[in-house]
Amino acid sequence: MSKVRVLVGTRKGAFVLDSDGKREKWEVSGPHFAGWEMYHVKGSPVDPNRVYASQCSGWFGQLIQRSNDGGKTWKPVGNKFVYDGVPGTHQWYDGTPHPWEFKRVWHLEPSLSDPDTVYAGIEDAGLFRSSDAGQNWQETSGLRGHGSGPRWQPGAGGLCLHSIILDPSNPERIFIAISAAGAFRTDDGGKTWRPINNGLKSPFLPDPTAEVGHCVHHIAMHPSRPGVLFMQKHWDVMRSDDAGDCWHEVSGNLPTDFGFVIDVHAHEPETIYVVPIKSDSEHFPLDGKLRVYRSRTGGNEWEPLTKGLPQSDCYVNVLRDAMAVDSLDSCGVYFGTTGGQVYASADSGDSWMPIVRDLPAVLSVEVQTLP
Amino acid sequence: MIQVELPAHLRTLAGVSGEVSIEVVGKVTQRSVLDALEARYPMLRGTIRDHVTRERRPFLRFFACQEDLSHESPDAPLPDLVASGKEPFLIIGAIAGG
Repeated sequence: MSKVRVLVGTRKGAFVLDSDGKREKWEVSGPHFAGWEMYHVKGSPVDPNRVYASQCSGWFGQLIQRSNDGGKTWKPVGNKFVYDGVPGTHQWYDGTPHPWEFKRVWHLEPSLSDPDTVYAGIEDAGLFRSSDAGQNWQETSGLRGHGSGPRWQPGAGGLCLHSIILDPSNPERIFIAISAAGAFRTDDGGKTWRPINNGLKSPFLPDPTAEVGHCVHHIAMHPSRPGVLFMQKHWDVMRSDDAGDCWHEVSGNLPTDFGFVIDVHAHEPETIYVVPIKSDSEHFPLDGKLRVYRSRTGGNEWEPLTKGLPQSDCYVNVLRDAMAVDSLDSCGVYFGTTGGQVYASADSGDSWMPIVRDLPAVLSVEVQTLP
Repeated sequence: MIQVELPAHLRTLAGVSGEVSIEVVGKVTQRSVLDALEARYPMLRGTIRDHVTRERRPFLRFFACQEDLSHESPDAPLPDLVASGKEPFLIIGAIAGG
């Protein structure tokens, strides 16, 4: 029978949750790297035992950990992230120039074809790549070197490159997103990049439809349709049917279109999930009710999923990298909260249960479906 | 041998308990002690000093012999008691938060 492994990054360590294909009983191991902020933990799709983790601390900086046995044991690998050339400046919150400075790794994206190749999305925004299993890192500097770089500005969480999507049909194509610069795409393996923000509207910008400056919170793609992208923006849920060339809003009947996570069902590329959050000034669910919203029509028509989720007095947040799906026949959906719960649904979101409920604040959730 | 006391998180990272003993060739300074420490425990590179500038990370302090040496030149000699191994060189995580 298949198994599922859930990799959870929290403010105070990483946890590995294991279950069989029924997904009813879970074994929790951890904390790994107790006391450290674990921004992201993700396994290689080629070799599920190869797992990478971003470990950081305000005191001791950034570490990258690598496991070759599915998260049982770990080894620190390379942690030297040096921008290519003279980094220059981006915009600070008040619009003044601010030097580019490495702060942390937000997201690790292992290659779809090589377990030793992995991408890192960092703050201040940049894309790095390792082709030796995390020992050495080189910047893919064409992104930061895009002419708009000096106009990028940080979101509330910093100028972070938080989303990396590798196109399974075209190894030269990568999508990334930065708060608050927007989404970008390369079609030549990272040498050159173009902003893909046409159709986004951000009233906090002097020009709400500017080429860059949009606070994209997360993007998602179904591997069978790499030209279709879904986006949870600061406000607005968006969709593109042409690999990001144009976006249109699909917030539809959502009670609020602010939020952080967005993900796609493993087998139904028009079924997507978001967790609406009240507003950018009140980062918790509306009315104290934790509701996942599902659209089976690729957006616009949304239904609340509440069975098993707290429907009163719930004021947690669900952060941008804290939702994932498994690929079992009945698709499992998972998300973690800043209250330390990880909720799972083994029936595509119809019903939910907490598979662990008292962890530190959850920063990221990734899922591996194992044979 | 120079005795170095690490913060708890870095002891875990380096896989050591208690003070570590480091052999330093030549003048005993912050730089030579940290160079030797990082050579013996490469996983500590970047956690005490910036990879590029080699400057002390801002939330760390260096103490020895009841003195704060954080702002001394990295090439200044450390106290004789540290150089002779009688007193440890302390790497301290600054108190931050409640």
